[in-house]
Amino acid sequence: MTAAVAISLSVNGERVEANVLPRLNLADFLREHLKLTGTHVGCEHGVCGACTVRVNGDIVRSCLMLAVQTHNATVETIEGLSDSGEIADLQSAFRERNALQCGFCTPGMLMAAHDLLKQSPSLDREQIREHLSGNYCRCTGYQAIVDAIETTARARSGRLP
Amino acid sequence: MPIVWAGEVTPKMKASAFAYARATSVANALELLTAHGEKAKVLSGGQSLLPAMNLRLIAPELIIDIGELAELRGVVVKGGVLTIGALTRHVDLLKSPEIAAHAPLLRDALTHVAHPAIRNRGTIGGSLAQADPASELPACMLTLGATIVVRGPSGERRIAANQFFAGIYETALTPQELLVAVELPVTPKNSTHFFHEFARRHGDYAIVGLAAQALVKDGQFADLRLGFFAVGDRPLLAKSAGKLVDVVITSAVLSEAFSALDDELDPLEDQQATPAMRRHLAKVLLARCVSSLLARPDLCTGALA
Repeated sequence: MTAAVAISLSVNGERVEANVLPRLNLADFLREHLKLTGTHVGCEHGVCGACTVRVNGDIVRSCLMLAVQTHNATVETIEGLSDSGEIADLQSAFRERNALQCGFCTPGMLMAAHDLLKQSPSLDREQIREHLSGNYCRCTGYQAIVDAIETTARARSGRLP
Repeated sequence: MPIVWAGEVTPKMKASAFAYARATSVANALELLTAHGEKAKVLSGGQSLLPAMNLRLIAPELIIDIGELAELRGVVVKGGVLTIGALTRHVDLLKSPEIAAHAPLLRDALTHVAHPAIRNRGTIGGSLAQADPASELPACMLTLGATIVVRGPSGERRIAANQFFAGIYETALTPQELLVAVELPVTPKNSTHFFHEFARRHGDYAIVGLAAQALVKDGQFADLRLGFFAVGDRPLLAKSAGKLVDVVITSAVLSEAFSALDDELDPLEDQQATPAMRRHLAKVLLARCVSSLLARPDLCTGALA
């Protein structure tokens, strides 16, 4: 049973069929097998948030999910969200506010931030901080990230910055 | 936790090889556990199990994935009992009107359980079976007087929460048994609760935490249940709560409770805190809890001097 397992899933709208070893996690599957390297691998035990992706509409840690667990699932990565334009306004706010420096945490930050923005367009800084509490950034000190998300929240709910 | 390089190009942050079986029913999961229980681990949300495997703290030979067993998911209220299926995710409990109405302490506690992306996968059964002494839900089970329902080769067993947690990552579950549900008595309408934990970052494992449920009558506790966590190798339902019931609480009474609590604690030392710090923080939490539940701000100041 240690042999590879056949899985079939949707990744960014495309059907993917693969044979994967049970030990392979989703982050490595996306990066190594599908070459979707926007999903970053940081701590590999669920602490840093850099590997955050969407599975069946929910954000999850792709380092804490096995590829075999995504059989029949719908997976969306930062490449999918970026290409579809779904987060274009958020990405633009990140650029304008200097909410990224090295960029390592940025895909995970965008995933987590967009998830929050979808749940509730009117946000205060405390709610933003709490929702991003599982995403580490070692460059920015977070202020600019919270600024960018707050700006996007205001714009999406039709309020002026 | 140490990362072992062992002469390899990459550090060992990947799980070692294992076989994988996707359970098709509870009966099928039990068959697999009966045959391979000693060498197997049950995978539900994987938010505790997979980090432990990535860190090579454990290396099971077989993973039995119960993630698709819809029969283990959901919340039902019937006859004054709240039954929560083992596979119910933290996010489902947070959004559940039944939990908000009948176990508000649990709802409050869940906001402290890790982060949204982890609460989208983590399950109540997984958290309880993992039995991390610094996690929130085991302590809530003690406070709320939960019954843990498990199934094994010889049928169903119902285990009181205070008999379930046996040590660090240790429970009363045998290797052949599966945790299937949790039963909580519906919290009485006139009951109040307090939940707080100290953590380095919101959502991290607690340095010390307290989940309390109380009945307050005429400014006194008619009942008080104090579930502490991260104060020993398992969650603690503090007997010292008895010192605070049916008495007018003064600084002197509180000091007596502190000293009784101190005798019950057996805190561990780790990177986050010394035992002495944990003892101190447990008292701080107790003072805040009593002060908050009785609306007596005076009890929070001075009592810890």
